[in-house]
Amino acid sequence: MAIEVRIPTILRTYTDGQKSVEGSGATLAELFADLDGRYDGLSERLIDEAGLRRFVNVYLNDEDVRFLGGLSAPVSDGDTVTVLPAVAGGAR
Amino acid sequence: MRYDSLLDSLGGTPLVGLPRLSPSPAVRLWAKLEDRNPTGSVKDRAAFYMVAAAEKDGRLSPGATILEPTSGNTGISLAMVASLRGYKLICVMPENTSEERRELLGAYGATIVSSPAAGGSNEAVRMAKEMAARNPDWVMLYQYGNEANARAHYETTGPELLADLPEITHFVAGLGTTGTLMGTGRYLREQRPGVQIVAAEPRYGELVYGLRNLSEGFVPELYDESVLTSRFSVASADALRRTRELLHAEGMLAGISSGCVLHAGLQLAAKAHEAGERADIALLIADGGWKYLSTGAYSGTLAEAEARLEGQLWA
Repeated sequence: MAIEVRIPTILRTYTDGQKSVEGSGATLAELFADLDGRYDGLSERLIDEAGLRRFVNVYLNDEDVRFLGGLSAPVSDGDTVTVLPAVAGGAR
Repeated sequence: MRYDSLLDSLGGTPLVGLPRLSPSPAVRLWAKLEDRNPTGSVKDRAAFYMVAAAEKDGRLSPGATILEPTSGNTGISLAMVASLRGYKLICVMPENTSEERRELLGAYGATIVSSPAAGGSNEAVRMAKEMAARNPDWVMLYQYGNEANARAHYETTGPELLADLPEITHFVAGLGTTGTLMGTGRYLREQRPGVQIVAAEPRYGELVYGLRNLSEGFVPELYDESVLTSRFSVASADALRRTRELLHAEGMLAGISSGCVLHAGLQLAAKAHEAGERADIALLIADGGWKYLSTGAYSGTLAEAEARLEGQLWA
């Protein structure tokens, strides 16, 4: 078992076109560091010195990680992490 | 109940129990039926408040043209109030929105400018901002950043909920402009400090997120993360399934965004039930299902409905 990370279209240039990749770690920060070892430059697109980038949303099993401790959010095998760009949404 | 005019009948919507979907008598789900507003959606509250505020501060005067990026309900609400008050309305909306919305906007006399489907509402917002810059005499109420949007909910939705459900533990609503959650959330937090304010956000197909650079993303100016306690991303398939569940279990024909809200609400309910905690969870039902019939959301298999919805803005 590992943690599945779903990658948005715009970032698939970093994952050889893969829609989802697998990684490991005890926290989101560790998971991203693990991925960065294999997908060079990916982590830098997701985080900066202040933490998660403003227009990047990351969901742990469909829940926004900003409410789960951000980069320190605990993750474990079997979890699904979804990365999405922030959009204005739909029918407003 | 008697009102002087349609505009006067804004708000005061019913809060209706969902006995079949609630896990136990101690964990109850409640639906606030915002389709019972003048044009059939929660957006009437924001639209009427934004117009009233612009009239009060002199930005809107008779004969004015209103411009707004909207793919649906806000446009319909604005179109109705604009026609009554003698304003012209131009809506910038993504081309991948349902046919019914275009028909409705046209019926109220609004002009529609289409923005490309790829990029969703981000693109509509960008186009509207450009058009506003080129036409300085047009008035853009700009629902994503207009304080009157959130204030409408602080002054109406919030107090209505608390009056009907003083024991409220959770409030769940869709996250778009964020106005509903910000206004209602602030009010409820002031009155009930432990209340949970939960956002349910639609997760669309890949087309909607576009190929844009991540630095060009969009977060509404109204959004204040500190008002929320959690935020769920709900996939189209889950939203559709829950929309049908609401229809079949409770008889409510709601829009697809309400399926999204129900999905988050049911997770909160299950959590409270497992923990043996009491919960009274209010779900905001933003509109009815009528405007979405052409999407096929309510008929055929779920897989078919999901395929038809791919690439559409359903909430």
